[in-house]
Amino acid sequence: MSSTPMISVQNLGKTYTVPEREAGAKAAIASLFNRKTRDVQAVRDVSFEIHPGEVVGFLGPNGAGKTTTMKMLSGLLHPSNGTASVLGFTPWERDRAYLGQMTLIMGQRNQLQWDIPVIDSYQLFKAIFRISDADYRQRLDELTEWLELQSLINKPARNLSLGERMKCEIAGSLLHQPKVLYLDEPTIGLDVSMQRKIREFVAQYNARTGAAVMLTSHYMADVEALCQRVIVIHHGTLLYDGDLHGLVSRFSPFKTIAIEFSEPMIANGQLAGANDRYGEVISATDTGWEIRVPKSETAAVASRLLADLPVADLTISEPPIEEVIEQVFATGVES
Amino acid sequence: MSSLTPDFSKPSPRALLGYYRGQFAAALGFNLAYRGMVALWVLGAIMQPLVLIVVWQTVSEGRDSGMTAGQYAAYFMVSMIVSHMTFIWHMWEFEWRIRSGYFSPLLLRPVHPIHHDICENLSYKLVGLMGIIPAAVLMALIFGADFSGASWRSMVAFAPALLLAMALRFVVEWCLALAAFWMTKVASLNQLFDAFFLFLGGQFAPISVMPDWIQTLSFALPFRWSIYFPIQVALGDITGRDLWIGYGMQLLWIGLAIGILQLMWKRAVANYSAVGA
Repeated sequence: MSSTPMISVQNLGKTYTVPEREAGAKAAIASLFNRKTRDVQAVRDVSFEIHPGEVVGFLGPNGAGKTTTMKMLSGLLHPSNGTASVLGFTPWERDRAYLGQMTLIMGQRNQLQWDIPVIDSYQLFKAIFRISDADYRQRLDELTEWLELQSLINKPARNLSLGERMKCEIAGSLLHQPKVLYLDEPTIGLDVSMQRKIREFVAQYNARTGAAVMLTSHYMADVEALCQRVIVIHHGTLLYDGDLHGLVSRFSPFKTIAIEFSEPMIANGQLAGANDRYGEVISATDTGWEIRVPKSETAAVASRLLADLPVADLTISEPPIEEVIEQVFATGVES
Repeated sequence: MSSLTPDFSKPSPRALLGYYRGQFAAALGFNLAYRGMVALWVLGAIMQPLVLIVVWQTVSEGRDSGMTAGQYAAYFMVSMIVSHMTFIWHMWEFEWRIRSGYFSPLLLRPVHPIHHDICENLSYKLVGLMGIIPAAVLMALIFGADFSGASWRSMVAFAPALLLAMALRFVVEWCLALAAFWMTKVASLNQLFDAFFLFLGGQFAPISVMPDWIQTLSFALPFRWSIYFPIQVALGDITGRDLWIGYGMQLLWIGLAIGILQLMWKRAVANYSAVGA
């Protein structure tokens, strides 16, 4: 991409020093005199760039370093090493001008005040982010309509369901129309229809404002719907940065061959030896099979299948993204 | 959506005023919603001076303890008002915010978190006054408070002394609360600080009846100027040059605490681990 990056990260790292002791009262007393600590590298030398208008999925298993990276980029945490520039600012210097142009939405923590009506919190955000009366009215109307908040904004946040609160939270976090959005599990705990609404809304906001969006989610549906590009991080290290579908072709060592028979295969004689001759048979009926084949052997296995069996139709496909990501997390394959 | 970005590079008193209005209204809404909780806090604030009036009036019976029974009643009545107006609980709050990660929402805003706490503190005081003022009047009537030294002049002098005491105690304790960024648990520090207020601030007994060395020590520390000095001013015990020295000491401590705060704030936030949030 040729435009200037909105987010530029170079060798960013964060090491926490955590106290460590064994279980039990004896160890607790011993720790009074001999306190042991351990360094935990949450993020190691991560580098990437994000351009205006990009929606980037930030993927990794629990504890991979995703949230720590987002906290550093939003100015909450100071890194142990590396540099970052977002909108021309160093995030952890916490310049007011930077804080006024970005937002971090976390599924578990909120900006809304618990005990007062949501609209009162919005009024407060208006003052905090210096939003003019006209902009506030216009944005509030739009957000209320997009997210269907009419019946919610006059209730205290504590009286809202998780999904309702999340919608109000997202609207409140966008009132100042941030140019950079960090969304950390924005759909966690929400039902399928609410997840879909929030996905659509984020896509709409991104299309209309050209904001850069960085998203973490354990729901692949979020990532597939919103992100053309993904960054995969594991044990604090960047494993992959690129096209979502490229992730599959790079990391999956298998392909799936699905065949349909031209006549029902009643006898199971061929199935008995199929695992040795073709690959791992995932499913088998008398009308067709699904076989997982090592990528390098796909063409040879396909030819063998066509030669050996009465095949009416044969398709070769990549495995589901979710499966590939699970495999990447499990094995931690280096790119 | 329109896309005008406000200029945050310059401080805007108008924007800050708007924030104070909104945050104060929100904090007031909270305190009024939980008025039962505020009433219990206020009841707690009344109990201590009530007990101390009874104790010191009993001590003063038939012997010279430095003040008369009526003077003790007046002293602890004003002490109750000053203590309420200068009370700050943010060391507890900091510990909770840092342990639970609830500091994060405040740190993500382009407004210093101290403004949030000032509004929260002022609104609590305002709501609490609804209980403190009637309690003070009742206390004065029941225990025969002697206000013979007080005058309209002392009341006029009391207003700035109280305002400066509020600012002093707030900024000193907010400064100390920053220790939570390193220590996480600062409740014990708070407890220690409260004990100093009790003895060196004049909450337990007027400093004038304390040993000379305590009187000398208290002059150099901030506690006296947060509690004892405004009480003395209200009761008409301090006038003329001593009054100006008192204001000066208050300003000195406020300036010192603000300086330390500015020096420590960035270092403190750099230490924030944002756990759980």
